[in-house]
Amino acid sequence: MSLPLLSLITFLPIIGVFLILLMDSKDRELIRLTSLLVSTIVFFISLPLYFNFDSHTYDMQFVEKLRWIPSFGINYYIGIDGISLFLILLATFLTPISVLASWHVTKNVKEYMIAMLTLETAMVGVFVSLDAFLFFVFWELMLIPMYLLIGIWGGPRRVYATIKFFLYTTAGSVFMFLAIIGLYFLNYRATDEYTFSLLEFYRLDLSFAVQFWLFIAFFLAFAIKVPMFPFHTWLPDAHVEAPTAGSVILAGVLLKMGTYGFIRFCLPLFPEVSYAFIPVISWMAIVGIIYGALVALVQDDLKKLVAYSSVSHLGFVMLGIFAFNIQGIEGSITQMVNHGLSTGALFLIVGMLYERRHTRMIADFGGLTKRIPVFAIFFMIVTLSSIGLPGLNGFVGEFLILVGTFKSRILYASIATSGIVLAAVYMLWMFQRVMFNEITHEENKMLKDISKRELVILIPIVFLIFWIGIYPNSLLRKMDTSVNHLLMQIGEKANIVSVAQGQKNPNQLKHNSIPKIDIVSESKQEW
Amino acid sequence: MTNVSVMTFNILSVLPILVLAGFGMIVLFVDILFSKRLGDKNILAYLSLAGIIIAAIVSRGTTPIALYSFNETFVIDNYSLFFNFIFLLSTGLVILISHQYMKRENINYGEYYALILFSTIGMMLMASGADLLNIYIGLEVMSISIYVLTGLKRSKLTSNEASLKYFLLGAFATGFLLYGVSIIYGATGSFNLKEIADFLINKGDVTGPFVYLGVGLIIIGLGFKVASVPFHAWVPDVYEGAPTAVTAFMSVGPKAAAFAAFIRILMTAFGSTHYEWQKIVYVLAILTMTVGNVVAVAQTNIKRMLAYSSIAHAGYLLVALVAANTLGVSGMLFYLLTYVFMNIGVFAIVIILSQRNDGFMQINDYAGLGYKHPLLAIAMTLFLLSMAGIPPTAGFIGKFYIFSAAIKSGYIGLAVIGMINSVISVYYYLRVTVVMYMQEPVREFYPLTISPFIVAAVVISVIGTLHLGIFPSKIMELVQQSILTMR
Repeated sequence: MSLPLLSLITFLPIIGVFLILLMDSKDRELIRLTSLLVSTIVFFISLPLYFNFDSHTYDMQFVEKLRWIPSFGINYYIGIDGISLFLILLATFLTPISVLASWHVTKNVKEYMIAMLTLETAMVGVFVSLDAFLFFVFWELMLIPMYLLIGIWGGPRRVYATIKFFLYTTAGSVFMFLAIIGLYFLNYRATDEYTFSLLEFYRLDLSFAVQFWLFIAFFLAFAIKVPMFPFHTWLPDAHVEAPTAGSVILAGVLLKMGTYGFIRFCLPLFPEVSYAFIPVISWMAIVGIIYGALVALVQDDLKKLVAYSSVSHLGFVMLGIFAFNIQGIEGSITQMVNHGLSTGALFLIVGMLYERRHTRMIADFGGLTKRIPVFAIFFMIVTLSSIGLPGLNGFVGEFLILVGTFKSRILYASIATSGIVLAAVYMLWMFQRVMFNEITHEENKMLKDISKRELVILIPIVFLIFWIGIYPNSLLRKMDTSVNHLLMQIGEKANIVSVAQGQKNPNQLKHNSIPKIDIVSESKQEW
Repeated sequence: MTNVSVMTFNILSVLPILVLAGFGMIVLFVDILFSKRLGDKNILAYLSLAGIIIAAIVSRGTTPIALYSFNETFVIDNYSLFFNFIFLLSTGLVILISHQYMKRENINYGEYYALILFSTIGMMLMASGADLLNIYIGLEVMSISIYVLTGLKRSKLTSNEASLKYFLLGAFATGFLLYGVSIIYGATGSFNLKEIADFLINKGDVTGPFVYLGVGLIIIGLGFKVASVPFHAWVPDVYEGAPTAVTAFMSVGPKAAAFAAFIRILMTAFGSTHYEWQKIVYVLAILTMTVGNVVAVAQTNIKRMLAYSSIAHAGYLLVALVAANTLGVSGMLFYLLTYVFMNIGVFAIVIILSQRNDGFMQINDYAGLGYKHPLLAIAMTLFLLSMAGIPPTAGFIGKFYIFSAAIKSGYIGLAVIGMINSVISVYYYLRVTVVMYMQEPVREFYPLTISPFIVAAVVISVIGTLHLGIFPSKIMELVQQSILTMR
């Protein structure tokens, strides 16, 4: 590959930042257009990643490797596989949409757009990094623009929310940082080579105790990010206070960094401990699913409702990852994309309602369908997608996750299924209260229907909602090989390690020697 | 002393020091002889800067071997050359940021520049000392200048108080250091670091407890200078009371010098007994980080906050000292350089915003700065993020370096405590940015007069902070080279 496509995608937004820096802050329209243009270009140049992606190999593709800090063996090492591909596309897709959704922002437009574009660089950077150090740099870099987005352009309690967000995330990630340094020295001890390359780390054989502590460190960082119950308390605050675009990016992409981290780091690096942690994490996920749904049920505030529904949805994603089979993990990756689309769209829609009425309280709405029918159609589609109606994207992910979980642990699957029922309850009830019934508030009679800009924002999302729902194989076939390889890796390593300490833990050996690895074709036939 | 040492008076080896001393004298004379005609005394700042630049040119480059001179009491190696670079850089930046401040506060005395140059000489002596006495003399030259500088604002009570406090406590600390030195001399029969090391390796078991006592006292003396807990009580008051430019000066150079001596004494002379002193430094590191960070959270005055933050940074540096490996030492060198940029950067902005007689020093005064003076606020944010250790800034790479060293030596608990502290520090550094960007101004911003000097200092600091954060490899190679010729 002669053109450094991934670097281009990662750093083009930064070039946009420099362009905007040169502009006069009074030139708001120009700044908006520039950032829209830059992020749209980034999206279009990220499309070849999908079309040129070779789904027959699990090797990293579009790889670029440059020496960065040679004395520590740190490289600028990036590349993608079937797992990160869709998350990158999700990030490049949601950024122009968020920029477009922020057209009404009038306060400090220049700084706002700089933050958005920096955020895009950081998000893409996290997903492309194959060097653990580089990964961490992007991971932390992402905090700053998000912190500013919530803190400057947020709601009334924005300062509290943004500091909470920043501190929670940093608190988790510092331990991950130590664990990364730990892996670095462990790798040196094993191979006599100083490197932060993730692919080298994959080859390490670590004892159970070492794996355990490193796993805990990574787990804290990722679980806070996801967020898993009980680490979720920063999320509702951050979402409620964040501006619409901030919520979209936060729910759409940032939360996925956590789940992505589990797949990229925890599972292949610490397979044995991950396996041992299945019950713990699955129960946390299940509690998250039910708890998130129940709390969403009682919210008066639309945005809070959507925020808690995120906790519930991400519980499903975690459950799928820790099903340790191809359906579960592919379902999880699909669900990450789906959640990004449908929850992103929900936040956008709530934002649009807020722009019209300057309130987000469910009780302030009612009967809107009569006034704004086109808007209602979009809202309905997105709501149904979030519930998981067959034919729309949400169904594919949740179904695969539940199939996967059912195969490994029937009990978990049967409890988690109730989350889907609850999702239908809280979403439909919300929709009914907001959109149906009689109009009870005078203000609602004057509402304007969807504008052209809003159409441009929602149509691509709704298109993808249908596309993934009807033809999910366009996603699944790209990730099959990578996910299979991941499972092979886990299986092999867990075997090796458990043989080494087989005598200590005979039961574990029995479990670990048969991690559930499925055949690729199985999932293909289903879809 | 048994081994025959050649008397070498290699005058070239002390050339940078002589240059600084010469320029210091010139500044004094010019100030006295032409005080009527000087007017705004700009010439003194130019002269001092010229002295620093010439000294930097003289001491640039690297040396393949350690060059000893003056009866093996003075050494030029890459380590001391690197520290010379740090001292000259920080002093140069301080002169850039202090020029306007001194005029505004009506304390633009010629002594100021001379004392700063003399103090820098002391630092260079400390970093180049191959002998405990020489290090001690350097320490005194440095400290006495700073005692005077602290009290430069004669008419202000807090400045006087700070000076007196610093002097009294500093004298005690020096006493401890001297006790330590003399006990070591008694136990090993030498002031020379190399000879002490040889003695300890060959017949260290003979004198056990005395050596430990001596090392302990030396650690107390130097621990005072680097502001480590529990020898930190002077820091907040002295930082707050001293003229802000002096605070900036003493928060960087002298700290680096004390660490230079710390590293050289502990690693060279007492390298063989590191299992013993590591335990002490381990406790000091934890206390220093934790107290510094926790107390900083409660501060409302920016200078006091920076004082506690400076204590906390000393704690991080001590972590690397505990690691006692080459990674740790080179990490400290790297971190000290990043600290020069970020700390002087912050102080430059504090000085730009401050009003006469330390007005505008409350953190809350900064409310709305992000909109009123966006560039200043962005620079300030960058420095604070760097201090908090957030990428892509120098502070992040520095912390990475230091904690890598700790983990490499197996001090994982220490690294975890350090990281928890780092999270605490994020809170109070962020609070300043919160105030700048997310709160409405509580009072008017006065029109600022910004001299090109101070702008240059801020720009250099910004470039340094970003460059070391994004492309640190050149400097890393330099610091790794710097410790090769050390023993």
